[in-house]
Amino acid sequence: MHLKTTLTGLLAATMLAGAGSAQAETLRLLTWGSYAPDELVQKFEEEYPDIEVEVTFSNNEEMIAKLRATGGAGFDLAQPSHDRIYAAQLEYDIYKPMDLSKIDTGVMEGKLLDGVKANTTIDGEVYAVPHQWGTSGLMADKTKAPDLKSWADLCDPAYKGKTSMRLKRTILLGTAYSMGEDPFAAYSDLEKYQGILDKVADKLIECKGNIKAYWQGGDDLSAMMLSGEIVGSETWDSTAYKLFDQNPNIVFVPPKEGALAWIDTFALPAKGKADDAAYKWINFVLRPENVTLMSASTGAIAAVKGGKDLLPEDKKAAVNAAFTDADIDNLKFFANIPPGVEDMEGKTLEKIKAATGG
Amino acid sequence: MNGCPTPILPAGAFMKQDNPTYDLECLDIAKNFGSVRAVKGVSFDIPSGSFFSILGPSGCGKTTLMRMIAGFEEPSGGDIKIKGKSVLGVPPNRRNVKMVFQHLALFPMMNVYENIAYGLRCAGFGKDHIRRKVHDVLERIALPDVAEREIHQLSGGQKQRIAIARCMVLDPDVLLLDEPLGALDLKLREAMKIELKLLQHQFNTTFIYITHDQSEALVMSDNVAIMNQGEFEQIGTPQELYHRPNTAFVAGFVGDSNRWSGTVKASDGTGGKVETEQGLPMSFSAGAGQTIRDGAKVDIFVRPEFIRTVRTAEAAAIAADGDNRMDGVIDSLLFNGANSRVLVRTGSGELIESDVTLTGDNDLKPGEDVSLVWSSKQAMCFARQESA
Amino acid sequence: MQNKDIKRLTLILLFAPFALWILLLIILPHIGMVVLSLKEKVAPRVYEYSFANYLDFLHEPIYWNTLLRTGSMSLLVTALALLIGFPIAYYIAKIAGPRARGGLFLLCLIPLWVSDLIRSFGWILLLRETGVISNFLLWTGLIGQPVEFLYNDAAVIVGLVYTVILFMIVPLVSTLDGMDNSMIEAGYNLGGNGFTVLRRIIIPYAMPGIVAGCIVTFMLSAGSYLTPILLGGKNSSWFTEQIYNQFITRFNWEGGAAFGMLLLLFTSIVIWLGLKLSGQTLANTVAKS
Repeated sequence: MHLKTTLTGLLAATMLAGAGSAQAETLRLLTWGSYAPDELVQKFEEEYPDIEVEVTFSNNEEMIAKLRATGGAGFDLAQPSHDRIYAAQLEYDIYKPMDLSKIDTGVMEGKLLDGVKANTTIDGEVYAVPHQWGTSGLMADKTKAPDLKSWADLCDPAYKGKTSMRLKRTILLGTAYSMGEDPFAAYSDLEKYQGILDKVADKLIECKGNIKAYWQGGDDLSAMMLSGEIVGSETWDSTAYKLFDQNPNIVFVPPKEGALAWIDTFALPAKGKADDAAYKWINFVLRPENVTLMSASTGAIAAVKGGKDLLPEDKKAAVNAAFTDADIDNLKFFANIPPGVEDMEGKTLEKIKAATGG
Repeated sequence: MNGCPTPILPAGAFMKQDNPTYDLECLDIAKNFGSVRAVKGVSFDIPSGSFFSILGPSGCGKTTLMRMIAGFEEPSGGDIKIKGKSVLGVPPNRRNVKMVFQHLALFPMMNVYENIAYGLRCAGFGKDHIRRKVHDVLERIALPDVAEREIHQLSGGQKQRIAIARCMVLDPDVLLLDEPLGALDLKLREAMKIELKLLQHQFNTTFIYITHDQSEALVMSDNVAIMNQGEFEQIGTPQELYHRPNTAFVAGFVGDSNRWSGTVKASDGTGGKVETEQGLPMSFSAGAGQTIRDGAKVDIFVRPEFIRTVRTAEAAAIAADGDNRMDGVIDSLLFNGANSRVLVRTGSGELIESDVTLTGDNDLKPGEDVSLVWSSKQAMCFARQESA
Repeated sequence: MQNKDIKRLTLILLFAPFALWILLLIILPHIGMVVLSLKEKVAPRVYEYSFANYLDFLHEPIYWNTLLRTGSMSLLVTALALLIGFPIAYYIAKIAGPRARGGLFLLCLIPLWVSDLIRSFGWILLLRETGVISNFLLWTGLIGQPVEFLYNDAAVIVGLVYTVILFMIVPLVSTLDGMDNSMIEAGYNLGGNGFTVLRRIIIPYAMPGIVAGCIVTFMLSAGSYLTPILLGGKNSSWFTEQIYNQFITRFNWEGGAAFGMLLLLFTSIVIWLGLKLSGQTLANTVAKS
């Protein structure tokens, strides 16, 4: 049973953490798939022969769940998105403040650094610094869906049975924007936010008949898009860039309401044991030559000055094909999720999934 | 081997006189499994109401023969008739031939009542009729109170009887029994032999009994067929088979025998003198239907109970009883009550078995010099067959 | 005396791993889950004991509808696995030769050598609109345009049956294997036709295996996660997905724990009912095979 495996896993993690006599030389990195390419890890270990990097791939939700299970032990550096730190820290106390003097903050894009600091400061302490950023938006096959420009176009009957989305919070927010709402502004008034969510749910339930299937991960989305089974979808930009390589007709489309932007950060787990090594890794991957290697693997743009120019050539082409400067100005950065919002959004998503809409 | 039982019931005693037909006829029936010829053209018929055994060593084809009668195997050739009608192509559930399996095959998930009622239900009888029939048959097998018991609560003998009742309640034309006593312990087996015979008598149905145990076959049967390598060697009453075997195989297989191989020195066709391979001279009479010529290689069989063992000192007095005499020393004494036996080592070193009556007073002892005496009439002789 | 002590020590040592396993990996986590499920979050980092999580479940039709859906679809999967698995098991146990038997068993086992994920992707390749089956039907001309076989409840059921059927076949083969062939022959001999023999002899005899197989397949499909997620359509919610969402997406461990206990309770009740209806006990079914 799934329940049991979860428990066993949690228990095992607890026990490991309890036994945790982690050597100072080991850097236990909890990050996203492709955020620690082998090439870069090797290079780092050559430079710091006394540090060994151990990588665990995860996602936002599981990062928090893992750290919550151990009270912040078991890892030395985590990379949650900027909007998932504040509430998690308040609720579960899983991170420790960062010593910004140990980081070359000078190389970071000031706007992004300030944004992250603003989002993750609690009691005057900063809990995260930016690493890379990217967007969620739309992707379309230009030849088959040239007019897909808005979140709402996924529900356009012209593409009936030919669109897809991931049933997660991104589509809730995007749909809210397409209905003329500003969901992030409503975070401060949860009652109002619930009203928006209800409207969004109605809209998305109505839209169910138009959707072929909800995608679960990059692999099934790519397969549906490449095979032509769908012509447009909600997507991560990096997935769209990868498909652009294989079929230049498939492009990332920043929705006219503005693509939703996320910043993946560096944060120190509360009971991490290799802070120095963690700082070394942060500074290491922010170096220009390493930024290009990292971006080649992740498809995301580094949060350093001139990050876009440090992209590898093929990604640069994909980004340029997707974004105009106006699009970048129009980015909507994910706002901090206040406590309780995840629960409201989760319930809304369940409601949409359970509704019989065709 | 269990000594040499004497048949206790006369042949044909229970034939249904009003029904002259045969319950079962097999005409040149054969079965091949690939290139293996399991049954090679066997013909026989069984009069109504008789107890017929097929006796043979394991692998002789008797089980295949029985499975063909029951319908589980299709014959490769020949015909099977039940009550005069061919049953070739008739599926097993449409043949009025019932079978008691080697391990009985009672249904463990049903109680006794349900086991017996199963066949009646299949035949589509009504509830009341079934209840009456089941209780009736339980009465007849003298187990009126076990209807509600589970199978695992029954003793071995009770299971046996339920297995038979389960078949008999369907009034079969022929009941096949596949070594059903094999799993029982010795004492129960002896008791069940008699009981089976009585049950057969009571139901007056044709029983075909398959066994490799000669004592079972001899005790119960009206007629016995001896089967060997896919063929019937001889069909006859137990006495005929025992006293007048047609072949060396039958002589050796039915009952115990001392066996010698030898060459005929002088013969008038029905009897004469032979010299065994060990060099012993011996008189013989030819086995049933045999003509023995001079110089022929033969096998000679002498049953232990026809050999008298006397102390050499007293031998002269009874020499007239037999025309064969051999001297030896008692090697060992096999005490088994009425079936006691001595092993006598002859001058040429071989062991001869002989039945003795032990009274507990002045009996023979190992080491004593004895003489063995028997009549040439009891020395059955068969020309040696190369295949045997 | 000393000898006796040594024996006792040996026994304790032999038993210890099992006891530890039961205690650490089964009993303790479940106690933890029960305790967790009885907590209610009243403010950040503040919890109180209450039944709120269970009441949440009762008050939200989405939750118990999903649970009922998961239960009924798992029952369907179990029934299909039995219908398909029984003839296979019968063939393996009673008809195939001893050498073919090993091979057939192996064939049934092969799907277990790869993970749930890979197996589901196999089905995705077959069933998708541009997949093998759709293309084949197009090629034969039976359909005029590509057909989507994926992303619906039927795909979930097919995928689950495929995953769990082995757990149906194994106990069935082992009970049928223990059945004396003469039992079946006796069934025919006494006048039963094929259907009667199946209904009155073979199925009752195989009942412990059938029940054992059904219990295992039902538990497996009700507790499966990947297959329903990957093959299911827009409306195919599965209860384990709800549990995952509670734990991971909504950070609501308390609710997730309550859901977990409810799933355990629900499957236990279904199995208890099944045992009552079939007149079997756990001891002579699952414990036996």
